[in-house]
Amino acid sequence: MTRVKGAAHQDLAHDSAVKHVSGAAEYTDDIPEPVGTLHAYLGLSDVAHGRIAAMDLTAVRAAPGVVGVLTAEDIPGANDISPTGSGDDPVFPEKTVEFHGQPLFAVVATSRDAARRAAAQARIEIEPLPHALDPLAAIEAGYPEVTAPLTLQRGAVEDGMAAAPHRIRGRMVIGGQDHMYLEGHIAFAHPGEDEDVVVYSSSQHPSEAQHMVAHVLGVPSHSVVVNVRRMGGGFGGKETQMNLFAAVAAMAAKKWNRPVKIRPDRDQDMVATGKRHDFVADYAVGYDDNGRIQAVDGIFAARCGFSADLSGPVTDRALFHADNAYFYPHVRLTSRPMKTNTVSNTAFRGFGGPQGVIVAERMIEEIAYALGRDPLEIRKANFYRDGGDVTPYHQVVEDNILERIVGELENSADYQARRKAVIAANAKGDIIRRGIALTPVKFGISFTATWYNQAGALVHVYNDGSIMLNHGGTEMGQGLNIKVAQVVADAFQVDIDRIKITRTTTEKVPNTSATAASSGTDLNGMAALDACEQIKSRLVEFACETRGVEPGQVEFLPGRLRIGDEEIGFDALIKQAYMARVHLSAAGFYKTPKIHWDREEGKGRPFYYFAYGAACAEVAVDTLTGEYRVERVDILHDVGKSLNPVIDRGQVEGGFIQGMGWLTTEELWWDEAGRLRTHAPSTYKIPLASDRPRVFNVALADWSQNAERTIKRSKAVGEPPFMLGISVFEALSMAVASVADYRECPRLDAPATPERVLMAIERLKGTA
Amino acid sequence: MSQIHVTATINGDETEFLCDPTETLLDVLRDHLDLTGSKEGCGSGDCGACSIILDGRLVCSCLVLAAEAEGRSVETIEGMAEGDKLHPLQEKFIEHAALQCGICTPGILVAAKNLLERNPNPSEEEVRYWLAGNLCRCTGYDKIIRAVMDTAAEMRGAA
Repeated sequence: MTRVKGAAHQDLAHDSAVKHVSGAAEYTDDIPEPVGTLHAYLGLSDVAHGRIAAMDLTAVRAAPGVVGVLTAEDIPGANDISPTGSGDDPVFPEKTVEFHGQPLFAVVATSRDAARRAAAQARIEIEPLPHALDPLAAIEAGYPEVTAPLTLQRGAVEDGMAAAPHRIRGRMVIGGQDHMYLEGHIAFAHPGEDEDVVVYSSSQHPSEAQHMVAHVLGVPSHSVVVNVRRMGGGFGGKETQMNLFAAVAAMAAKKWNRPVKIRPDRDQDMVATGKRHDFVADYAVGYDDNGRIQAVDGIFAARCGFSADLSGPVTDRALFHADNAYFYPHVRLTSRPMKTNTVSNTAFRGFGGPQGVIVAERMIEEIAYALGRDPLEIRKANFYRDGGDVTPYHQVVEDNILERIVGELENSADYQARRKAVIAANAKGDIIRRGIALTPVKFGISFTATWYNQAGALVHVYNDGSIMLNHGGTEMGQGLNIKVAQVVADAFQVDIDRIKITRTTTEKVPNTSATAASSGTDLNGMAALDACEQIKSRLVEFACETRGVEPGQVEFLPGRLRIGDEEIGFDALIKQAYMARVHLSAAGFYKTPKIHWDREEGKGRPFYYFAYGAACAEVAVDTLTGEYRVERVDILHDVGKSLNPVIDRGQVEGGFIQGMGWLTTEELWWDEAGRLRTHAPSTYKIPLASDRPRVFNVALADWSQNAERTIKRSKAVGEPPFMLGISVFEALSMAVASVADYRECPRLDAPATPERVLMAIERLKGTA
Repeated sequence: MSQIHVTATINGDETEFLCDPTETLLDVLRDHLDLTGSKEGCGSGDCGACSIILDGRLVCSCLVLAAEAEGRSVETIEGMAEGDKLHPLQEKFIEHAALQCGICTPGILVAAKNLLERNPNPSEEEVRYWLAGNLCRCTGYDKIIRAVMDTAAEMRGAA
């Protein structure tokens, strides 16, 4: 054997692919239900804000099949599941309802259908209070911020702005986004002896679910086990939002000593769980005749919902990415994480970053239209210069490869010629207008909560030579498990087939971080490698002792080891080592080096490195209806030295399409009463197969290597490509701008639904 | 509520089951017959994760009452492979990495199989629009469309 199957940097199918295509992959809802399993369902508030005057659940309790109900009074421990310990996130509120759709109680019955029907029987009297649904209304009503705001500043923004030859002020409204994971929330709790409970759940953060369940039950964390084999998509929506379901299932399982499953239907899932934050950004940008930015002043107000949840770090990250790829000599960025009477918004791929990036791109667009230049020229004029320029959070950008990425994409997509052709076509004045845009992304990698940047792994080598791999990350389709297994195959130089990937469980690796912030492979890959290296060093020591050689004479070759002049198969050596009482199991650990962050000062190095990418999109817009289609997209994205190119490409393609959806068809719409009216795929429109760009060329920058010592010099890939979807938004903007001869920035708000596009066209025609 | 006795052919096997009059075919497949490959993504016929073939027609099993299956033929993802031999579509989906979290995959495969039975030589546009009833939140669809086109070409070559 010359090369092991499944080592690092090879294309390899998802480890569950055969099970996926045969319908045999087991998701939480597919786990066989023991006889006696009960089902829970939530009863929700139908008022956006009010005092609970009376909760009459008599009819609920009397409904067929009902075993009982759970309310705030039934919570044995703390009635709080705030992930940041802010104490504002009750399982069930006791006095005040804070959003339309807030869970108020759970009913437990012999079947899901019975529980669901019973939940509708509740008679709840709520005395309404005034409500504020969006950040501007909240500011006007004097609502508090859900968490302390952040300001990033560098230089002297007033002086810089005053000295700039040109200044533009504007406002951009940026919509939120529902995760629309195809598998909704679910938790399935099995009671055990003493205070024990085991919860099977579709959670991106099993350790937090464990701690929350323990907290709510009033028991130590050691009594709670959370297991996650796989999720049917997560995208951030299952980072904190699963905790309520896990807590309810666990409470019911302990109370009735029966297995209890809870799975909301899609509508309840969308109404009752948090989403991407909507933002209203007010920006001012000063620039010179060449389009070089001199100063930026921005205020980012977010719809956080009724509680803090992760809104602090989300709104922080919006500021961290409000520069995108551009150097601002003088800058001040401020967040306003506003409390609103809506569902508590949460993590979603990019974690506030996309909302920051799109404002940077809006400012570029403003400058370009004001100067009558190609936005790409303005982008290039403002790129961070490698090794010198400093971000608004005082981190030096040291690994910038955007010039090369953008240059290569500009050529491969034939941007210049196509832009000319688009302008020429639009000049004919037809009904169909075209637009083309090339936008970059620079995305900081690491949790900004520095302590989250740690991971554990557990590796066993059994005495038959088979290997069990476990780590703290969770699999939601991103291919984390296969990539970490490739690291292990590479370390031991064995075929990947002999490595068993096992479900994530709080029993094997404790105190893990959420599988989030694109960090899964970076952190868990390194932790697994550490475990492998420990076992390998024991094997080397054993080989040296038994053969009388030096460590330098022991080498792991594909499927075997060379020890001095001897070659021995991996299995045979493992057997010998076991017989000689060598410890063949190891717990690995990793913490990201170099990073630090002082939030009070707004200074530090929150990111270990940056990932880069660029996309070029061309669209066609019907100026009579506002409808549009994406004709062609070219992408060049940086994943460092990819651990698994085919898996990484999948992340790039999927991220792009999801980002495009955020900015085009996906519209969250609340009515005046605070009801979410787009609460199922019938009314909330994610991209379809028919929306895929007519031509879609996606490439990885195969020459890139991470400048930092990450796992095999790869880079994180989960979130960065999401922001490539901004190219579509900008291309739409150009098509719209054509109706006024590109003299005015159309200032599209997001999402640019056909309705918004049409309104922008009408507005610009009016001024043309 | 009295239960209804239903006899249907499921993946080629004559199958009997009892169901409530209000139960959907999806619930019976998943909860009574342990055929959990069909998934509930929305329960309202908008996502396609529960796609099955009923008497040759592609339907969302969440919109079919179980009692309606009486005397009819039902094909689910579990019947797609012949024993260990995967259907060409299944093989191509693996080869093209046309899946990520995998939860929409069974529905998409069932829909694609139905398309190729009707039209062995679809254009890419026909594939994209045929699959527009099946949501996928992970892949961005490109690999799925390529896998279906590639399968169609290969099956035409083999036929």
